[in-house]
Amino acid sequence: MADETRVRTLIHGTDALQRGVPAEIRITLGHPMENGLRHDGYGNVVPRNLATRFECRLDGVLVVAADLYPAIAANPFLAFWLRADAPGTLSFEWWGDNGFHHRETRAVSPA
Amino acid sequence: MRRLVNAPSRRRLLGAAAGAGLLLHLRAAQAVSAVATLAEVERQWAAGKPVTEGRVTLEIAPLVENGNTVPIRVRCDSPMSATDRVLEIVVFNERNPQRDVVRFGFGPACARAQADARIRLATSQQLVALARMADGSQWSHHVDVIVTLAACIES
Repeated sequence: MADETRVRTLIHGTDALQRGVPAEIRITLGHPMENGLRHDGYGNVVPRNLATRFECRLDGVLVVAADLYPAIAANPFLAFWLRADAPGTLSFEWWGDNGFHHRETRAVSPA
Repeated sequence: MRRLVNAPSRRRLLGAAAGAGLLLHLRAAQAVSAVATLAEVERQWAAGKPVTEGRVTLEIAPLVENGNTVPIRVRCDSPMSATDRVLEIVVFNERNPQRDVVRFGFGPACARAQADARIRLATSQQLVALARMADGSQWSHHVDVIVTLAACIES
């Protein structure tokens, strides 16, 4: 299992939000997305290790949810559009194989 | 020469071998049919309701140079109001090991029915984006792509 403290994420677009104006949020999760079909140099199957679910919520209200499958590239990048009408907390949450779970939060204060 | 009582006859052995071969053949056919075709997964997703080509757009480069990471964008013209909104957009592929690519669900705080992702493509094939609206209508967009360097080729 990936060590919770060593999960790396990039979250862009949360800083310059304007009240009621749609803004694009772009996120990347550092994750190998091993699909369980590949072999290593010794011919052994690399075990499956996928991030399978992502959810973004604004104060608990769903913004976007995504089910991720083996066809998603390594280090899954996602972008979507958010409209924030008031200050709040954005949460980004990923779940995956082998009990993988990671959560990030960003305070948003639309001008 | 006396035959052993329980020794299998040559005829029975041959029959068993043929049967085993047939069994293997059947199992191979089952394994192939276990992966649904693109049309089948579309039908399954549609759940008996009609799907019309249009309204949803799948943006992807028609000529993909590296199948390991292919940018895609799905979007749908929709005001995303409380009543007139897109519930989900799903992407399926034709010739990867599995048909599913990604499934986006759009919640109340979502401003636009649009999402980007980076995907893997095993070979040149057709992709489809399917959108389900709050009013129950269903829309599709089929795109053919050519892949020059396939994903998973190193294994």
